[in-house]
Amino acid sequence: MTPSQPAAGAVRAAHASPLTVDARGVSLTFHTRDGAVEALADVNLQISDGDFVSFIGPSGCGKTTLMRVIADLERPTKGTILVNGVSAEEARLKRQYGYIFQAPALYPWRTIERNVMLPLEIMGYPAGERRERMQRYLKLVNLSGFERKFPWQLSGGMQQRASIARALSFDPALLLMDEPFGALDEIVRDHLNEQLLRLWDQTGKTVVFVTHSIPEAVFLSTKIVVMSPRPGRIIDIIPCDFPRDRTLEIRETPEFIKIAQRVRSGLRSGHSYDE
Amino acid sequence: MTNSAVALPRANWRPTAWVGEHAPIFTVVAVLFVVWYLAAFLMNAPQVRDAFARNEVKYTFSELVAGTMEAKRPVVPAPHQVAIELYDSIFGYPLNSPRNLAYHAWVTLSATVVGFAIGAIFGILLAILIVHLRTLEKSLLPWIICSQMVPILAIAPIIIVVFGAIGIRGLFPKSIISAYLCFFPVAIGMVKGLTSPDPIQLDLMRTWSANKLQVLRKLRWPASIPFLFASLKVSVTISLVGAIVAELPTGAQAGIGARLLSGSYYGQTVQIWAALVCAAVIATVLIAMIDAIAKLTARHMGAAT
Repeated sequence: MTPSQPAAGAVRAAHASPLTVDARGVSLTFHTRDGAVEALADVNLQISDGDFVSFIGPSGCGKTTLMRVIADLERPTKGTILVNGVSAEEARLKRQYGYIFQAPALYPWRTIERNVMLPLEIMGYPAGERRERMQRYLKLVNLSGFERKFPWQLSGGMQQRASIARALSFDPALLLMDEPFGALDEIVRDHLNEQLLRLWDQTGKTVVFVTHSIPEAVFLSTKIVVMSPRPGRIIDIIPCDFPRDRTLEIRETPEFIKIAQRVRSGLRSGHSYDE
Repeated sequence: MTNSAVALPRANWRPTAWVGEHAPIFTVVAVLFVVWYLAAFLMNAPQVRDAFARNEVKYTFSELVAGTMEAKRPVVPAPHQVAIELYDSIFGYPLNSPRNLAYHAWVTLSATVVGFAIGAIFGILLAILIVHLRTLEKSLLPWIICSQMVPILAIAPIIIVVFGAIGIRGLFPKSIISAYLCFFPVAIGMVKGLTSPDPIQLDLMRTWSANKLQVLRKLRWPASIPFLFASLKVSVTISLVGAIVAELPTGAQAGIGARLLSGSYYGQTVQIWAALVCAAVIATVLIAMIDAIAKLTARHMGAAT
């Protein structure tokens, strides 16, 4: 990976893209006290290198579970999943992805800089490089100057940006983002979405993004995976071919509205029963 | 309350405000003293009355009150009697004299501190083991709980005798009894503390494929610090009680326990009360020290205050 080269994404797109995620027949059943819950049923999904893929669906549709399966935080009961060509577990052990949770989950006793450097400490980076990377990625998420603050001294949006810097710090090729901006207000959210797009465009990373906002999914993605609950399954995969350097204005275009309508009708068909 | 006092700029500090803020504390202390004096009067009145009757002396009420406040062997000594006894027994003799209360306090305090250190470290290690080996929780915890159900007064002489038989006397066996009592709250509190991190915080460690030692050092341990200090505050007083109890059944020559014992042999109630007050002061100081360390640590770890 050469994240410093702005053209990395463009170069990658020109080549035939290898698969970052390859899920075949993935099913996952949780055994709870109230009986078995089928969280995922026969999920097949291929994500190419450099894609920005959004999982969208109502709560309980298994989008977070699918992401946790990719991250090897859950094990499928059936089927196989390959991440970067190896098993999900091996990919996790090789630290090939960065996971961003719904909550920033910064460690409250660490300053922002020490939070960002935490994965680097764990992975055994030398102190000088830890500091250099921390400064680089805090600058990337516009948090320079907040190094010595503790998490509670920052707003929710700033905390989430710090958690993104933390996930980027060890430069994983794959970013898994579980409703990272779900708790933020819409103005902050639009802003962060734009920043995220820039970052994706500049670094050429593969991003998997869980959301339940249709405009967010259409605006960000190259591919939208529509899911439906009970059992959690994929009901539509929609390509979304806006240019990589898209801006918020594309939300007024007919193409945007057309894709949004297709997503909405997909979500409706998943809800064929009354609720 | 204390926080806002600290936050105030120095220039705004006014004695009246300080008194106002601490008024509840003064009120409680005043009420306690009134109750204590009242109790001293009521409890000692019969023996004073008897003494007057025995000598066939007529007495007024104020003479009766004065008598209850100055009794040689009161049932309940008055606060000023205890204060005078404390002063005399600390400053009236050289520091290394067995008649000096400070000497006895030092003997007990050193056993307390050593026992507290042993107990705290043992409790922390036990908690770390229990958290990492779930099977231990089921197999070990019942024994730990049982250990706390045995009356310490029954165990203490056994421990002293066993250690005495292998030639270990003095401070160490007492410390062991202290440790025996005080590891428990630390172990229970630390099991809670080490399992206190959010699932998300643990998941993060997993995504970075951190090993168990790293999870312990960088997540579980720092997350457990507030629990640790809460447990330490409980266990330091228990540790002091343990050291005093260890001195009781063994005929120890020195220590607050020995002082209590000799006081009760010779009917020196004032001496007993002075020793008790001394123990209470030691416990208060120990807790205040732990509190101060806890506050410093919290500030260092980014606490909001």
